[in-house]
Amino acid sequence: MASIHNAVLDLKKLDLLANGNSTIHRLDARAKVLVTLVFTLCVVSYNRYELTALFPFFIFPIVIISLAGLPPLFILKKIALLCPFVLAVGIFNPVFDRTILLQLGPLGISGGWISFASILARSALTVGAAFILVGVTGFTAVCQALERLGMPQVFAVQLLFLYRYIFVLTEESGRASRARELRSCGKKGLEMSSFASMTGHLLLRTWQRAERIHMAMLARGFTGEFHASRTSCFGAPEIRFILIWTALFIFLRFQNVSLLLGSCITRLIQ
Amino acid sequence: MHMADALLSPAVGGIMWVASAGTIAYCSSKVRKEMDNSKIPLMGVLGAFIFAAQMINFSIPVTGSSGHLGGGLILTILLGPHAAFLSIASVLVVQALFFADGGLLALGCNIFNLGFFPAFIAFPLIYKKIICNQATPTRISTASIIAAIFGLQLGAFGVVLETVSSGVSSLPFSTFVAMMQPIHLAIGMVEGVVTASVVTFVYKARPEIMQSAMESRQIGNHPIKNVVIAFLVAALITGGFVSWFASKDPDGLEWAITKVTGQEELYGQGHGLHATLTALQKRIAFLPDYSFRKKDEARMEAPVAETVHTIQTAQTEQNTKSHDKKLGTSVAGVVGGLMTLGLTFLIGLILKRVNKTTAAKDAI
Repeated sequence: MASIHNAVLDLKKLDLLANGNSTIHRLDARAKVLVTLVFTLCVVSYNRYELTALFPFFIFPIVIISLAGLPPLFILKKIALLCPFVLAVGIFNPVFDRTILLQLGPLGISGGWISFASILARSALTVGAAFILVGVTGFTAVCQALERLGMPQVFAVQLLFLYRYIFVLTEESGRASRARELRSCGKKGLEMSSFASMTGHLLLRTWQRAERIHMAMLARGFTGEFHASRTSCFGAPEIRFILIWTALFIFLRFQNVSLLLGSCITRLIQ
Repeated sequence: MHMADALLSPAVGGIMWVASAGTIAYCSSKVRKEMDNSKIPLMGVLGAFIFAAQMINFSIPVTGSSGHLGGGLILTILLGPHAAFLSIASVLVVQALFFADGGLLALGCNIFNLGFFPAFIAFPLIYKKIICNQATPTRISTASIIAAIFGLQLGAFGVVLETVSSGVSSLPFSTFVAMMQPIHLAIGMVEGVVTASVVTFVYKARPEIMQSAMESRQIGNHPIKNVVIAFLVAALITGGFVSWFASKDPDGLEWAITKVTGQEELYGQGHGLHATLTALQKRIAFLPDYSFRKKDEARMEAPVAETVHTIQTAQTEQNTKSHDKKLGTSVAGVVGGLMTLGLTFLIGLILKRVNKTTAAKDAI
């Protein structure tokens, strides 16, 4: 329970970050969604042994974090809790792939370790990009951007609804769950029978709440769509933002900047 | 269970995105057509219920650990497949954006694995068949448990196929399957028991909810067929689009890698189905690099530390004097990589400093 409770707190914190007011925050959400998608695509399009070419891509999260004034440690901490599934699958690469690909003096590094490092770098980049997108845009704005980019309206409404009620319902069930744990007197005895009736009650209450909400919405003239005040528009700053970042990503994708820099340095030294 | 960006290739991720987006569009139009507006707040609030229910733990007997509700099947039983699919997809979107579960590209895979299989395969083909319009608590329990296990098995198999055909992980297909399926059998059993107990509770407390959900399902006459056709069309279009970039001949670099890493030996041990899947995997795994083919050719001339080494190991008989050069490029790669990382962080620090001073000036 604690982990989900913390996750919900983190969710609130992340969403609060979107209330900031920086050049990045002020951009239209669509521009940010598109750039994040191009970024993700470029990062995952490398073959599995690519590592150095991924490093220059860190420029995107770092620049956005600095420009938007996001707390770097908070984002870093969230990225550090990398999806455990990635780690679990990635750690098998060094086991199955032992061909030495890189020789640094006496130290031979196998392809498996390189591809594992590559997976970690990809994971940090893509997960970080998603967090930053929410941190500088906010969930509601991301949904509206997706809707304006062609997502079905029913689904957009669904996302907004879900987001509004996550906080209400998790707080309610968190309270109920805490009460139950306290009453089970330190035992782990959270039996299935009480679990089922508790979750069932929560479900029934949720259901009734949904019916009330629907009544209230009908009374206010709900016809199946949300009318949000949309103030942002797609102007010159957005086009500039998209063009600059996309051009940079494509350049980085086709030119391994790390290697260029490294060969310049080593040649200089020689 | 959540698929992640880091393990995906753009081709596989893109195909799954198209498939999931297509199913979302289909379900949205379906829900819209049913003109049942009361379902819209219900879908949203029940999606939030999944988050809420995950805060309530129960202890799993024998193991000493605790678990919580997963949710895909329970939403399908209560809402019917179309609305449930949208609801599950929205839960996954929130998880991808806020909880680092996967990522944006993997969202397509996750929606498909955790949404499509329970809503459009396990529910109509197993749950409904067992219930047979005669809902009794025993039948509901059996149906929920079997459907949950089946749905999760399919989802886990989806994860395996997606990972293996992306080619980022080195896990051989057989090992991965042997790992994933039993783990998800256990998870599926717990999930099934939990789902069954909650559903039977709701059935006893308010049978009319289950009843209305059962009836509203009858409206869509051939849901699975339509969805499968839509999915196939979408996959074909994407496949055609991707293969437009791709050439029929295998890429030299890719061949070198398979030779050097000895993947073929690992994969080649398979029999019938395994061999076909491996072939399929190989065919798909070529695609991602092909959309950036020019880059690969360019890289042949100025290769990165790791790749140059790979190619050169395969061609040692041709390039005997390449060793020094190889070492040079390796060092260059390492030095350059570290330099780039350092520079990127430096840029970030400078920007932050500049930002702060301008903010301070603005405040004054």
